[in-house]
Amino acid sequence: MKLLRDTWLVFARSMSLTVRQPVWVVVMLMQPLFFLLLFGPLLKPLFGDDAYKIFVPALLVMLAMFSTMFVGFGLIAELRAGVIERMRVTPVSRLALLLGRAARDIAVLLFQAVVLVLLAIPFGLSVRVVPLLLTLVLLAVIGLLCTSLSYAVSLILRSEDALAPLANAVSQPLLLLSGILLPLSLAPKWLQTIANFNPFAWAVDASKALFAGRLSDDSIWQSGIILGGLALLAVFWSARQFARGVR
Amino acid sequence: MTTDGMIETSALRKSFKTRGGVVEAVRGVDLKVGEGEVFGFLGPNGAGKTTTLRMLATLLEPDGGEATLAGADLRREPGEVRHRIGYVAQGGATWDDVTAREELVLQGRLYGMGKAQARERAAAAITGFQLDSFADRRCKTYSGGQRRRVDIALGIVHRPRLLFLDEPTTGLDPQSRAHMWDEIRRLRNEGMTVFLTTHYLEEADALCDRIAIIDHGQVVAEGTSGDLKREIAGDVVTLGMAGRVADAATALKGEPYLRDSEQLESGLRLYVDQGATAMPQIMRVLDAAGVEFTSVELHRPSLDDVFLAKTGRLLREDAA
Repeated sequence: MKLLRDTWLVFARSMSLTVRQPVWVVVMLMQPLFFLLLFGPLLKPLFGDDAYKIFVPALLVMLAMFSTMFVGFGLIAELRAGVIERMRVTPVSRLALLLGRAARDIAVLLFQAVVLVLLAIPFGLSVRVVPLLLTLVLLAVIGLLCTSLSYAVSLILRSEDALAPLANAVSQPLLLLSGILLPLSLAPKWLQTIANFNPFAWAVDASKALFAGRLSDDSIWQSGIILGGLALLAVFWSARQFARGVR
Repeated sequence: MTTDGMIETSALRKSFKTRGGVVEAVRGVDLKVGEGEVFGFLGPNGAGKTTTLRMLATLLEPDGGEATLAGADLRREPGEVRHRIGYVAQGGATWDDVTAREELVLQGRLYGMGKAQARERAAAAITGFQLDSFADRRCKTYSGGQRRRVDIALGIVHRPRLLFLDEPTTGLDPQSRAHMWDEIRRLRNEGMTVFLTTHYLEEADALCDRIAIIDHGQVVAEGTSGDLKREIAGDVVTLGMAGRVADAATALKGEPYLRDSEQLESGLRLYVDQGATAMPQIMRVLDAAGVEFTSVELHRPSLDDVFLAKTGRLLREDAA
């Protein structure tokens, strides 16, 4: 119960900071929004009326990756201000220091995802409530994975200058190999083989299946297990970084 | 379980792996700090001061050794230690976009208090540290001295029996520093034990009941400032010189009244039995050797001299 209480405290604090600077929530939404407005129309001739049903779920996965992979920047600023150290000398749960922040990031992500879906409806997107909710759960798991990694790496590197190129170097190939922009079924065999090792490609498959209403598609439980397992490992590793005195 | 000492450590050790190899930052530190003391921890940069402090505050795990803080075992029950101690880091601890009151309430909550109690403690801290005039403004609007007071208020919001202060007055103007000294004395009068590090020897002299000097990861001297000064018997003669310090040291070497000497950048410091009789002799020797000096000063040993004698360095050169 202490963990829940502490997580709530850290969440409430982080959220109050986010609400004071809401511009970042909007800024992080700009990238998928541009893709929706400026790239989506290119897909229409290729996929016809289903274009947005294929593209929007993929965009949501991209949002989940990019809106969370850079959350470490905020943590580095907090480290520099001494706020993290101040919290670490209290008996607060170390896991809560991570989970409270991750919960804030996931809440922001889900808000952005809903906004993106609503904005896509005028373009001809249609989706039922249950598949949408399941997709949001999947996005939350992706968010937990990426925020945990971002925080862990920030606690080790302790520098924005090191985090930015690293996050870019990791996220770009993951993006290209995930089938977000164009389906991987268009790719040559060797590229598909590599993409099989990209957990986000599985997430894109699952998200597309959900939006298409194929709730029994294997990719859904498979991506749930893959991403859920990775997220647990990432949480474990990241919580250790919060507990450890990195100097 | 209670013990006589608020802090008792034995053979506390910590080393770090760096690119250059393993650095032994703390190599067996034994300390004993009694209840109600203000204890000063002095040392040049890199001597192991902050590492020791961070270990005692549960922020770094020791490689070896034992420590008991306010009766709780550092390695076996760090959670209990965290409840009993407060810690104020050197670089500050507040976030620009929130108010001191918000920070204080949150801190109380992180220590396990309920909402009402946390609010009440925050209000008490605001009154106690005279933060009233700015506590509901955002922290980024505070002056350095105001921010420092908030930092310390954050460190004691749960009323710990033992408070660690890492360089509490570094970077403060003289007036804010005097104010901070008053606050620390007030905490001591309320029964709190205070363990502080400082770069300012006059601060240690004025504020601390006892002092320990750490160098190369080990405690090299410990006692009241009076004890430490008495250890350096005799007087100190400081010669101001424009150059040829080494020549002067060579010329004076072996003089019977000379106990020890330290070469400084701009002169020579001599520890002698009787300053009044040694001075004329020193001048004659330097005259004969043809070494010129610009000034000569005779004084009783200060904490500066203790520090120099124990570490071979001046604390202030280091702080600059």
